[in-house]
Amino acid sequence: MIWDALLLGLGYNATLVTLGAGILGIAGGVGGSFLFLRKRALVSDAVSHATLPGVGLAFVLMVAMGGDGRNLIGLLAGGAVSAAIGLLCVNWLSTRTRLAEDAAIGAVLSVFFGFGIVVLTYIQTMSSGRQAGLESFLLGSTAGMLQSDALVLVLAAALTLALVLILRRPLTLVAFDPDFALATGRNVNRIDLAMMGIVLAVTVVGLKIVGLILIVALLIIPPVTARFWTERVDRVLLGAGIVGGLSGYVGAAISAAVPDVPTGPIIVLVSFALFMISLLCAPGRGVVSSVVQHRQYQRRVHLRQGLLALAQGQPIYERLTQRLMERGGLMRGDGVATDKGRAHAAQALLDEARWQVVRSDQAYAAAALRYDGLTEMSSVLTPDQLRDIDARLPAPQGVTP
Amino acid sequence: MTITLARDKDAPTDAERRLASPLAIRGLTVSYGQKPAVFSVDMTVRAGHMTAIIGPNGAGKSTLLKAALGILKPLAGTVTVLGQPMAWQRDHIAYVPQRASVDWDFPTRVIDVVLMGMYGQLGLLGRVRAKHRAQAMDCLERVGMTDFATRQIGQLSGGQQQRVFLARALAQGADLYLLDEPFAGVDAATEQAIINVLKGLRDAGKTVVAVHHDLSTVRDYFDDVFLINTQAVAEGPVATTFTQTNLQTAYGGRLAGAQMDALADTLIGTGTGAAAR
Repeated sequence: MIWDALLLGLGYNATLVTLGAGILGIAGGVGGSFLFLRKRALVSDAVSHATLPGVGLAFVLMVAMGGDGRNLIGLLAGGAVSAAIGLLCVNWLSTRTRLAEDAAIGAVLSVFFGFGIVVLTYIQTMSSGRQAGLESFLLGSTAGMLQSDALVLVLAAALTLALVLILRRPLTLVAFDPDFALATGRNVNRIDLAMMGIVLAVTVVGLKIVGLILIVALLIIPPVTARFWTERVDRVLLGAGIVGGLSGYVGAAISAAVPDVPTGPIIVLVSFALFMISLLCAPGRGVVSSVVQHRQYQRRVHLRQGLLALAQGQPIYERLTQRLMERGGLMRGDGVATDKGRAHAAQALLDEARWQVVRSDQAYAAAALRYDGLTEMSSVLTPDQLRDIDARLPAPQGVTP
Repeated sequence: MTITLARDKDAPTDAERRLASPLAIRGLTVSYGQKPAVFSVDMTVRAGHMTAIIGPNGAGKSTLLKAALGILKPLAGTVTVLGQPMAWQRDHIAYVPQRASVDWDFPTRVIDVVLMGMYGQLGLLGRVRAKHRAQAMDCLERVGMTDFATRQIGQLSGGQQQRVFLARALAQGADLYLLDEPFAGVDAATEQAIINVLKGLRDAGKTVVAVHHDLSTVRDYFDDVFLINTQAVAEGPVATTFTQTNLQTAYGGRLAGAQMDALADTLIGTGTGAAAR
């Protein structure tokens, strides 16, 4: 069943939803990347909550004009307008008043959402119009997705990707170093608004599938996940697109295959799974890798300190050091150094002296950067450089056995 | 070096100097809230020279620089570059901000930071080609940082980061270089590397303006000084302007007598400190 869903074998509507969610995921991940890099992730939460009154008022307006109020484009347009107003409120409050951005977000988010709920409650009492299903904008719903809806998604996603591609350099500059961006003549406020516009577009088209409460996850989790794997902006964008697309696609497929499982929350949970995998397993920035690196480093430090203690004829007290020395065949159980231990100790002492020369000479600045008290000199310098250093060493020191 | 005094008959008029200046500021006032940080400041930078902006803490040095660049919006005043509004001339201006102003955990490598200096020339969609990379590496070479090209920016020491930002400014290929405390918190080797690059720029005909805080090196590093304490105090060549009287005016009581004495070697003695020697 799951495989059928993943391979788009569950019928027309399920296929439409799965593809649509995948495309939405890509747009969300890429569109949210700069929001995350600019450290303004929560602005998207204000934007999404601010769509609600617009959706409700659009419904009221369309009913008043004689329709049944269910035109998706109309509802989304209403959501976009009120979200834009909410966004401008946050922007104005945080740049023109002394209010910090987090406070502005909290105020705008709750007020707009509260107002939206009031409007929805009023709608329930209306006698005309087909109000059933409006609340699906809260948590999303994929039942009855139409081809035209999917087309809207594809267009919006394409627009988002194109905008991010065109604006990637100004957006990078503003996120990394806003003062420099200003000094080179960029209009930082306008670039920020463009970024918010991209986020707004993704939010509005995502309302139908994921719902306004969870859309923020599709904007933020993918770039955060991608960040674990790379130190480059372009790769964060690429990775966020992949993570977002995968989450949307797989999440929608699961909810199509398993009865009575909501699409939006499943998509978010899939992206969370990818996030957890990255958090734990990513090389370099991942938790496991950090722990392993820390443990390895700790062992190397202990071993090195043990060797230096041997070389200087000092006793070793720490258990871990003793154990590591014995296991390495450097020391006997009774604390007496083996031949191998003495040789290594002499080497450690020599490297220590070499490092002192390297670190005091600017000509070796690049090499000195690799100083950690552990690295073997021969892996840092060329044989020629080593000879130069050795020639400058103080008189050779014997190793006391 | 001949020093032209304003009294000379054939000396350029104020307006002429302003037109020829790579950075001329008139009546600039910037305030935070109701308190001006910089008040009605005039400044005319000489082309092809190195100018130090000096003054006590909170005197508005960085504010002046930022307002000149359009980073801060002034309440009043004009900034012209070669007689034209600064905004038209941005391509000719490079900027090295204070180190603290950026996000050090940002996913960017040293070479990417330098390439940011070339975004103006690359445009929105222009591809980064081998020649651009070579140009960026060349800028890193000039500040002695080629070995670090692929490191994430946060992994560098403070001095190394400062050199990378200088390399980014070099990549801008500008004629006017504005630096905000380039020597703050850097090691001696970096300070030497930076000053050598700046002097190289000056010798190549570029103009350098730096906010500077170390009075003891002003004489060695700079041609001109601009003293400020909210208002402009004095402006001119180091030899005639970097005097005890001017420093006392700029720093008020904040420059302790001991500091003055330590500086006395490098100062043109017109004040009491020199007499005491």
